[in-house]
Amino acid sequence: MPEPRIDACDVLVVGGGPAGLSAAVALRSAGVERVVVAEREVVAGGVPRHCAHPGFGLRDRRRAWSGPTYARRLVEDALSAGVDLRTGTMVTDWAARDEDAGGGAPGLAVPDAWVTSPLGRARVVPRAVVLATGARERPRAARMIAGDRPDGVYTTGQLQAMVHLHGRAVGSRAVVVGSAPVAWSAVLTLREAGCRAVAMVTDGPAADIPAPAAVAAQAALGVPVVRRSHVVRIVGRQRVRAVEVRHLDTGAVATIDCDTVVLTADWTPESELSARLGLEVADGFAGPRVDAALRTSRPGVFAVGNLLHPVDTADVAALDGRHVARAVAGWLSDERDRPVATRVRPGWPFAWVAPGLLAAGAGVSANGRLLAWPTQRVRTPRVRVEQDGVVVAERTLRWPTAPGRAYRMPWSLLDACDPAGGDIVVGLRE
Amino acid sequence: MTAVLPVRADVVVVGGGVVGCAVARELAGHEIDGRPLDVVVVEARGDVGDGTSKANTAILHTGFDATPGTLEARLVARGYELLGAYAAEVGIPVERTGAILVAWSADELAALPSLLSKAQANGYADARLVEADEVYAAVPALGAGALGGLAVPGESIICPWTTTLAFATEALGRGARLVRDTRVVDVRPGPVDTEVVTTAGRIRTTWVVNAAGLGGDELDRMLGHDRFTVVPRRGELLVFDKLARPLVDVIVLPVPTAKGKGVLVSPTVFGNVMLGPTAEEVPDRGDTSTSDAGFAFLLGHGRRLLPALLDVDVTAAYAGLRAATEHADYVVDVDAGQRYVLLGGIRSTGLTASMALAEHTVRLLREAGADLRPRPVLPPPARMPNIGEAFVRPYQDAERIAQDPAYGRIVCFCERVTRGEIRDALAGPVPPADLDGLRRRTRAMMGRCQGFACGAEITSLLEAGHA
Ligand SMILES: Cc1cc2nc3c(=O)[nH]c(=O)nc-3n(C[C@H](O)[C@H](O)[C@H](O)COP(=O)(O)OP(=O)(O)OC[C@H]3O[C@@H](n4cnc5c(N)ncnc54)[C@H](O)[C@@H]3O)c2cc1C
Ligand SMILES: Cc1cc2nc3c(=O)[nH]c(=O)nc-3n(C[C@H](O)[C@H](O)[C@H](O)COP(=O)(O)OP(=O)(O)OC[C@H]3O[C@@H](n4cnc5c(N)ncnc54)[C@H](O)[C@@H]3O)c2cc1C
Repeated sequence: MPEPRIDACDVLVVGGGPAGLSAAVALRSAGVERVVVAEREVVAGGVPRHCAHPGFGLRDRRRAWSGPTYARRLVEDALSAGVDLRTGTMVTDWAARDEDAGGGAPGLAVPDAWVTSPLGRARVVPRAVVLATGARERPRAARMIAGDRPDGVYTTGQLQAMVHLHGRAVGSRAVVVGSAPVAWSAVLTLREAGCRAVAMVTDGPAADIPAPAAVAAQAALGVPVVRRSHVVRIVGRQRVRAVEVRHLDTGAVATIDCDTVVLTADWTPESELSARLGLEVADGFAGPRVDAALRTSRPGVFAVGNLLHPVDTADVAALDGRHVARAVAGWLSDERDRPVATRVRPGWPFAWVAPGLLAAGAGVSANGRLLAWPTQRVRTPRVRVEQDGVVVAERTLRWPTAPGRAYRMPWSLLDACDPAGGDIVVGLRE
Repeated sequence: MTAVLPVRADVVVVGGGVVGCAVARELAGHEIDGRPLDVVVVEARGDVGDGTSKANTAILHTGFDATPGTLEARLVARGYELLGAYAAEVGIPVERTGAILVAWSADELAALPSLLSKAQANGYADARLVEADEVYAAVPALGAGALGGLAVPGESIICPWTTTLAFATEALGRGARLVRDTRVVDVRPGPVDTEVVTTAGRIRTTWVVNAAGLGGDELDRMLGHDRFTVVPRRGELLVFDKLARPLVDVIVLPVPTAKGKGVLVSPTVFGNVMLGPTAEEVPDRGDTSTSDAGFAFLLGHGRRLLPALLDVDVTAAYAGLRAATEHADYVVDVDAGQRYVLLGGIRSTGLTASMALAEHTVRLLREAGADLRPRPVLPPPARMPNIGEAFVRPYQDAERIAQDPAYGRIVCFCERVTRGEIRDALAGPVPPADLDGLRRRTRAMMGRCQGFACGAEITSLLEAGHA
């Protein structure tokens, strides 16, 4: 009976999207020998594989490629850098090492990974792990939308894969839920599939402060925008026939006939593996808490990309990947634990900030940015950083916050904070 | 997909739910006049087990809380034994988790001893009263305020989908025929045989078994009876993300009330946590929609029962309809003159009782004059694909992948479903009719992403398989 193979390597990167592939290339450039990328899809490249529109690679490549071109370039670069890229290969579980059972620090060794591929079941034994598993949109059940359960309800990710990777038809009349930039991608994808977006339903405010995607959809393609509203019920037993939409202020319920519903945004990290490792979790979403060097709470385990900030753009994920190489290489040479650190937590109006940890000697974050997820639009934000209840920095930034888009702030806002002090809170002045 | 309607049968079983399929399997294991009994299952929907049998809480009940002396009490207890053994034989996932029934008020605490005596009256001897600290030792994440409980170690969880499919697979293996997408619209008993009129034509048959679930009363009226009326009682359920599974290792039951069994929390054989069901009478026999009121009600219970549950996402929400009637027991009878067996009002325990109902059907037919004898030689038992978490799945099986790399090609990532399993389901004896049917056979797309990553590919695989 074949035993699972044992596979030793220096670094196991889990996930071959922009973040994971960029990390692997940077690790090879830093002189790391055996870098394995496990990618569960048959084709690596991550989400951009099915984003047909241009604009990928601005910050990391100074290009504006289409998603598929960008994904292809990342894969080519990884292969020519000598990365051991294994597609159709999924990390399904962690395996405790034997020494975990003994004395020392139980459960704190770098974990082994169980992987499955058509080549077999293998136990990968790495010296360091980089988690790059990305993020996804919440599906219908997690949003608790009641009603019948017919076919024809998709997330944008599924819609894009159906249309761009499988050339499948969708219906003819779609309701798009949400107005973040990805909702705009959904409208474009629907149009390409010959399906008309008959409404974009957003809980965003009335006409005074328009959401960017809604404006674009309305102006360019004449998609009617239904504001301050939630889809509360899906109607149709076999196939969607309509949705019921409730106005948040008046409570009035209206019915919109459609045969397709696209649920956009409402991001959540693909955090099963990080959760199963018991990594400390960030505030405001289920991904791991990391410091500026992208170290998690477990020595030798790092994380990059949208797993850490659900979601920012692909190029920002790729820059994380480049950034993490230094800390990983450092770990491989001296296996030192993360130093003293304190949490960076979100204040109003942010749902999360990332990195969520300030550690001594961790240096500046990827691209020098502190990312945050705004729940409200603020035209001239004045950022306030507090530690132990004392304001340590305040700065007015020139760019507004917009719900549905990561807000990028300079990491230097934290310069005056003390990694040995208490919690740091980053918010805006009301 | 639909087999051609036969012109003649010994027995027509109306309804391919868990009960109808169990009955068909059992009858096809018998012979009459020295030849195998010719059994035809007629199912209105596109698949077996696509009605109430697909949407329940999936507990293999001991019957400890049934009303002693009823047929239901007897058949649940017997079905528990039969199905438990059968599951091990053919590979239906079962986990012997046990249950703990929790008292949250002085009244409920006071009711526990009578529940214990009821269990004993039902012939179930393993239940015992436990103190609050033992309740919390069994479920450390349980919400505050539990006063005591009744431990019922025999209560178990089972895969409802594999159960129906195993029965159907074995029935077909024994020579029974399955006709799907075909509704029985009239039944005309004559002196020697009966004409069954369907949307796809007529069948002449000697016996008819009514296993039509929610449609049982309508079918019964077609034969001229007026014995019961089905009033669908809807039960909504929430299934939580697998990350919640460590919170609860046993079934946590409430103290039952006059209104029903109440809201429970239970692990599932797929590694999730389930919360539900509600109980609400609905006029429409097809209304398996979920509702905001149902969600709010269940989350309210969840918050009290297992507060940490609300920190994880809901993976699925669905509803099933119990075939409740005005009677407090199953409505089971045989009419020798019409050569007709009624299995009606199989409300909230039919999964567990299914094999006992099948055994009972044989008994009733014999009483009515059918000279049924067990076939001396039967085909070997089915071996069902395992979709349960407690047993080895193909993606974990190095040997299996080495023999056939398709079992190493995971296509549904959240649930670790491989291309080999999807291929097998599509080529199986009872192939799925749609995505939902594929989901019930393999778990594909029933995970936390609900198709974000795999929906497009799996839809394409399903269509290619049908082409
Ligand atoms: C629908 C959608 C539209 C978007 N549109 C845009 C856009 O127009 N422009 C833009 O800049 N950004 C866009 N984004 C965001 C952008 O795609 C992401 O920022 C980027 O892909 C993130 O890169 P990543 O490497 O962190 O994650 P991903 O691209 O998600 O890659 C993660 C990879 O990890 C793999 N993986 C996960 N778990 C495992 C495992 N256990 N084993 C093996 N492999 C695993 C996955 O298969 C995947 O390939 C969009 C995102 C979505 C979901
Ligand atoms: C919320 C809920 C929770 C439950 N929990 C449990 C549990 O934990 N344990 C347990 O043991 N039981 C449980 N049950 C009960 C169990 O699910 C049912 O008793 C069982 O599924 C009934 O099976 P059935 O075959 O009688 O009915 P069904 O599955 O409804 O099958 C009847 C079939 O007959 C077909 N049909 C009807 N009319 C016609 C016609 N005229 N012509 C052709 N076909 C027809 C229908 O399409 C249907 O497929 C629960 C039920 C619900 C609703």
